[in-house]
Amino acid sequence: MSIVEGASEEALKHDGAQVHAVHLKLGPLSGVVKDALLFSYDLACQGTLLEGSRLIIEEVPVVVFCPACEAEKTLDSIQRFCCPTCGTLTPEVLSGKQLELVAIEISESEAINNGHESSQYAGMAT
Amino acid sequence: MSTQPRLVEVRQNVLKQNDLLARSLRQRFKDAGVYVISLVSSPGAGKTTLLEKTLTRFREDGCRVAALVGDLATDNDAARLARSKAPVRQVITGTVCHLDAEMVQRSLDGWDLNDLDCLFVENVGNLVCPSSYDLGENLRMVLMSVTEGEDKPLKYPTIFNTADVAVITKTDLAEAVEFDLAAAHQSIESVRPGMEVLELSAKTGAGLEEYLSFLAVHINKKAVVA
Repeated sequence: MSIVEGASEEALKHDGAQVHAVHLKLGPLSGVVKDALLFSYDLACQGTLLEGSRLIIEEVPVVVFCPACEAEKTLDSIQRFCCPTCGTLTPEVLSGKQLELVAIEISESEAINNGHESSQYAGMAT
Repeated sequence: MSTQPRLVEVRQNVLKQNDLLARSLRQRFKDAGVYVISLVSSPGAGKTTLLEKTLTRFREDGCRVAALVGDLATDNDAARLARSKAPVRQVITGTVCHLDAEMVQRSLDGWDLNDLDCLFVENVGNLVCPSSYDLGENLRMVLMSVTEGEDKPLKYPTIFNTADVAVITKTDLAEAVEFDLAAAHQSIESVRPGMEVLELSAKTGAGLEEYLSFLAVHINKKAVVA
């Protein structure tokens, strides 16, 4: 529900825009399951500005710091917090807890958009 | 006519509201000098039994302690904890399977935090959703009972990874269920390297003193810092 609320809030700022998709970043340590989100998304969107839109989830890995290699490493499994290269235990988690609303994909009708084309939203960095 | 679809960047943590609230709670607790410990586990791991003993002992030792306890439907746990004579409040979550910062904040209404040294927050029995919600606690304690099997941490790595200390409970039953303590330690170490692990039986009292002194050290450390 928080995803729908956050995305709807953003969509409201673009009056009359149609929302095609909502982009989400999901880490394995967020405690949230991708399939559960996808399953419930349509239902959660009913009656909101997001109705009919798609939820696009980018899964990101857990990145830890290996004290032996002195480098960032990507974990193979969240059941084993150790360096995939040297096997050292890696308690320091750098990322992997994300549950982040990254962007919404919208199109605006030209009537509304006319004359208001600004560069502030153009060229979104990924 | 519509324009080409375009991306509008939002970049916002979905649980931002909860995180902000948890941060303000943490500050409130710090200002009032209250150390907050949350308990998470699967249903039936022994949170309430351990907490009842803890509250009773803390009170005997002169620590001003209180507890919030989450439950889906009943106030049975609050009634059990109230036997310790510590102030206890039940948070009935209805259909919600976890506590969030807002529920904690609401439950504190009318309590003067300055009258407390330590507050326990017992979460709803669930090893999944509670891991996502910061409650403003200083220490998150995850319990697993010997009857649940040694590989519980591997099945629920996220909650173990977000916890600060693990407590293996019901050790009086370990032999009967052929619990492999070394394997359990290994599972915990694998998902949360370096995490402190305590073992106890709230029923027989084995390991209880070590557990109580562990908590006392943390609470005192906090008091010195504050």
